[in-house]
Amino acid sequence: MPENRAGVDELLEHVFRHEYGKLTSTLARAFGLDRLGVVEDIVQDTMLVALRQWSFREVPKDPTAWLYSVARNRALDHLRREKVAAAFAQVVVDESEAITELSHESLDSEIQDSQLQMIFACCHPGISAESQIAIALKTLCGFSVAEIASAFITSEATIEKRLQRARKYFRENRVKLEAPTGVALQARISTVLECLYLLFNEGYKRSHSDGLLERDLCLEALRLALIVSDHFGDSYHEANALVALMLFHAARFDARTGADGAIILLSEQDRDRWDPELRSRAFDYLARSGADSFETHYHIEAAIQATHFLAPSFAMTDWSSILALYKRLYALNPSPIVLLHMSVSVCEVFGPEEALALLEGLPLEDYYLYHALKGDMLLRANRKKEAFDSLTLASSLSKNEKERMLLAKKLEGCN
Amino acid sequence: MNDFLYLFRGGAAVRAALSPELMQAHMLKWQSWMGKLSQEGKLKDGLPLQSEGKVVKKGGVVTDGPFAEGKEIVGGYLIVKANNIAEAVEISKACPIFEHEGTVEVREIASM
Repeated sequence: MPENRAGVDELLEHVFRHEYGKLTSTLARAFGLDRLGVVEDIVQDTMLVALRQWSFREVPKDPTAWLYSVARNRALDHLRREKVAAAFAQVVVDESEAITELSHESLDSEIQDSQLQMIFACCHPGISAESQIAIALKTLCGFSVAEIASAFITSEATIEKRLQRARKYFRENRVKLEAPTGVALQARISTVLECLYLLFNEGYKRSHSDGLLERDLCLEALRLALIVSDHFGDSYHEANALVALMLFHAARFDARTGADGAIILLSEQDRDRWDPELRSRAFDYLARSGADSFETHYHIEAAIQATHFLAPSFAMTDWSSILALYKRLYALNPSPIVLLHMSVSVCEVFGPEEALALLEGLPLEDYYLYHALKGDMLLRANRKKEAFDSLTLASSLSKNEKERMLLAKKLEGCN
Repeated sequence: MNDFLYLFRGGAAVRAALSPELMQAHMLKWQSWMGKLSQEGKLKDGLPLQSEGKVVKKGGVVTDGPFAEGKEIVGGYLIVKANNIAEAVEISKACPIFEHEGTVEVREIASM
């Protein structure tokens, strides 16, 4: 399946995962976030019923409604079994019945609302970023603990701990499922976007490892960002900028990887393989990201991507504009990583020696990409011996087979 | 051509721990296995069973059931056309239930 076109359509293929997320968000509304564990059990149970029944025939035309009625019955059974206070049960019964009676259209909007509220709960500023990402993947995206652990190359126990911290925070702080409004929204929405941005980056930077899960992380981040921008994009333009940024990257997914799985760098990519549909959607979102609104790093990063998309080839890229954008990004976020990426455009505009001067002394000695880029520029400056040393060092720092393959190819150029 | 009954047992414990994504992958295997049988004209009937039921005993004693151990609970059945039991067994070997440590009982349906 690696050849699959990465697009928003592909999301539809993950019916079980996404229905899991929808059901969890919607049931959590009735049960309360403090009982998220119960909700997850009910939803898992519901998905098993679907597995059994759908195996024998086709997936129903409206899987959401089908799952809904099963989940509702399971929820009511659970409450009866638990013999919880009659008054509480009544509340849940009413809510569940109201949900089942919803027309198809309002069921959809109910689910959208629940998911949006769940996004805000998962991306609560009181929860650490890594716990935010873990709980979002678990509850909103239907990833299992094993899948999250595998995507983040860590142990299941570590992910369990992150999830527990989030659930504990929900319980102890009585976090409610609601989308904040007014001033509170202003403060919360930036945490939400930052969490989705991190989630996307986690997937993106690992997307050359062997699993497909990494691309899924990106697409899930995109899906959630679309939910947020659908609701708030008109008043919070940075949500649209973030979506544009993600869509630009998603449009290049296929072109970044060769048939043998090898990394293809931007300079070598076949631009015909950049997905035109995602590209045009990206430009739409960028156009709606409000040039007059205050500029976030999403705006600038999306603009950098847009500049690449406007260029017919790597050589004909408007590198001066890209360099100017990186300078704005650095003003906003003065980090060595920004300078590292800026060095590529410096190299194109002013040549390798200037780029090397910029790289000199950056506190990124442990980062393989620092040495890889340095090696590239040394090669272009025809300083082959030093290039060899830098690329060798990069290779020893890389934890990724595909990266090492690429570096090995470059090392051949040093002879 | 005779009719054979396949009784699917077990596998529930493994399935219960699957992630939604793996559930979907497993479902697709069942669908494609049965779709192939159907295309070949070998599939006559078949349905899944709910896991809850009643057990009725002499004297009108009705209890919730089945009480069999998880691995013995029948999860569904198929009626498959085959020339003989050997062929019916052969066909069953491609069933995805074996991925989850389930079993298939193959029985010829006695024609009247």
